[in-house]
Parts: sequence; C-alpha cells; structure tokens
Amino acid sequence: MKVKVIEIKKSVFAENEKDADALRNELKNKGVYLLNLMSSPGSGKTTTLIQTLNRIKDKVRVAVMEADIDSDVDAVKIKEATGVSSIQLHTGGMCHLDAEMTRQGLDNVALADVDLVVLENVGNLVCPAEFDTGAVRNAMILSVPEGDDKPLKYPLMFTVCDLVLINKMDVAPYFDFDLERCKNNIHQRNPKAKIIPISAKTGEGVDAFADWLLNEVHTWKNS
Amino acid sequence: MHELGVVFYIIKDVKAVAEENHVEHVSTVVMDIGEVSTVVPHLLTDCWRWAADKEDLLKGCEMKINTIPAVTWCDGCKKEYETVKFGKTCPHCNSDNTWLIRGNEVEINSIIV
Ligand SMILES: Nc1nc2c(ncn2[C@@H]2O[C@H](COP(=O)(O)OP(=O)(O)OP(=O)(O)O)[C@@H](O)[C@H]2O)c(=O)[nH]1
Ligand SMILES: [Mg+2]
Ligand SMILES: [Zn+2]
Repeated sequence: MKVKVIEIKKSVFAENEKDADALRNELKNKGVYLLNLMSSPGSGKTTTLIQTLNRIKDKVRVAVMEADIDSDVDAVKIKEATGVSSIQLHTGGMCHLDAEMTRQGLDNVALADVDLVVLENVGNLVCPAEFDTGAVRNAMILSVPEGDDKPLKYPLMFTVCDLVLINKMDVAPYFDFDLERCKNNIHQRNPKAKIIPISAKTGEGVDAFADWLLNEVHTWKNS
Repeated sequence: MHELGVVFYIIKDVKAVAEENHVEHVSTVVMDIGEVSTVVPHLLTDCWRWAADKEDLLKGCEMKINTIPAVTWCDGCKKEYETVKFGKTCPHCNSDNTWLIRGNEVEINSIIV
C-alpha cells in the first residue's frame, strides 16, 4: 500500500468562524442584535440578566437564550422574574456553544419580533472564548470572589470580550480584591475592553450596563 | 477543556478532505498544537481515540501532535522571547507592550493515508 501525505494546514476553528460571520450577516439583515454573555459558573449571569432586563424591557424588544449542559432552571427563572421570553438550549454535554448551535437556538426565537437577543453561554472561561457564536459583541462577567488575577490566568477570554462586568462589588470588602489592579490586568490583555463594576444584588452599576446595551443596539441598528 | 468539541471539528474537516481526495482510510492525522493554546494534547488524543474509532474512515487512525513553541514579540524593544518562561512582561526591557506571535495554534497539519 502506498503512503501519501495530504497537507491541510487549517485551523480547527476556521469552519466555525465562517459560520459565525454568515450568522452575523443574517442577523444584521433581520435587525437583530446578539450579545454573547460568558463567565465562570456562578458569577452572576442570570441574576445580572434579571436586573438588566427589568430596566430595558420597555425600551427594546428583547429575548433570552439560556445555554446549559442539561437543565432549564435559568430559563424558567428569567421568565418568572422578568416576563421576558426565554428559551433553553441544551448543549448535549458540550462545554460551549458554536455558531451552528446558536443558529439552531435562534430558530426557536421569533426574530421578527425582537431587536435584541442575549445569549447566556455555558459557565466556563476557557472553551466559549475559542468559539465565535456569531454575536455582535462578547461580554463577560468576572465576580469579585474569583479574584483580580483571573485576566492573567484566562487571557483569551479577556481578549475576545468587548465588555467586562465586574460583579458582586457588594462583597469586595470581604475579599482581597483590588479593583484598580483588576482593571489593569484586564487592560493589559485587552486595552479596548470597557469595564463596568456592578452588583447584581444591590443594583449598583446595572444602569450603566443597561445604558451601554441600549446604546449598542441602537447604534448597530442604525449603522 | 473542550477537547471533545475540537475532535468533532477535526473529524468533520478530515472527512471533507478525504472525500475530496477519494480516500477510503486515514492512518494518521497530524496536528499542530501551540504551547499556550487552550487544548491539552493528551486529552485531545484520548478524545480522538474514542471518537475516531466510531468512524469507518478513521478506525485505528493515530493522532500525532507537533507542539509549536510559544513566542512573544515585544513592541518596546522589537525583540522576541519565550512566552512560557517570561509571560506578558518582556525580559529584555520590562515592557508590557507585548504580543503573542506564535503558540496558540490548533491546526490540522496533514493527514497520512
Ligand atoms: N453577594 C452577591 N451575590 C450575587 C451577586 N450576583 C449573583 N449573586 C449570587 O451568586 C449566585 C450565582 O448567581 P447566578 O446568577 O445564578 O450565576 P450564573 O452565572 O447564572 O450561574 P450559572 O448559570 O450556574 O453558571 C447566586 O446565589 C446569586 O444570588 C452579587 O452581585 N452579589
Ligand atoms: Mg445562570
Ligand atoms: Zn522588550
């Protein structure tokens, strides 16, 4: 038998990036802004979303997609606490969503009736960073108990995010958490990242995030 | 952490290439994996073994991994240095204005048929 080498030289993520660009284009044509929200498990994605949705739901037509490995607790919570329509996406054991899975999820959203879809990605700082979902912007939540050195340990996540929310500021006094050092660590990785400190518990800073989001959607729809 | 997901992408790509080239069985897949990529080589080969054996095209197919050393470029002094040893701060001039130029690859290099 003859042995033959076939050169490929192609990034494993190239195919997904093509899918993601195509999805972004389609969403643009439909006038739907997609935000990809990422974080470690338990950083406060769902709590932050509830606070934010209650501030923006009368100003923008919004829906939520909750990605979880195998439960629908978060989707139910969002619907009960805000009345905003939310669908649950099961990743079937996968630690991240790719563009194809995101598209399948969006098939269950009435896209003609919304301007904004927020995607709560699987709680994980490594894998979601590697897979473009087709979102217009990536945002992440870093919570105080995780420590101000997280940006140094998970550089890729911080590099791909346009916005970083620093959550659980209410407990900062109890942790050895230095906000300035944290901001520096983030900017070292990504000088362009916008940073908003918040507390999803007390509501501190959530208005600033809500304003950022409304402004983003507005600007993008009119561009 | 997402090695299994990565393996499914590799299988998809390899299948497409095999089809294009009318290949019936692939004996080795050669990967280029950067030293600071998010993929752990031995987990990747474990996932690969499990998933590849489920495909006729890839039964028994071996995965070989070339490790690509990570190199960072310093904008301060225009020199390169080893990322893993020195991290974000340039050992020549202490600048933080540095960029990874190599070492986060997750690429299929070639297949042997
Ligand atoms: N003290 C404090 N607790 C918070 C804050 N935000 C969230 N929590 C708590 O943190 C826990 C996790 O919050 P979730 O909103 O469920 O976090 P999540 O990121 O959606 O979690 P997963 O979906 O499981 O990854 C809950 O017990 C929240 O009440 C905050 O600003 N301050
Ligand atoms: Mg949640
Ligand atoms: Zn230097």
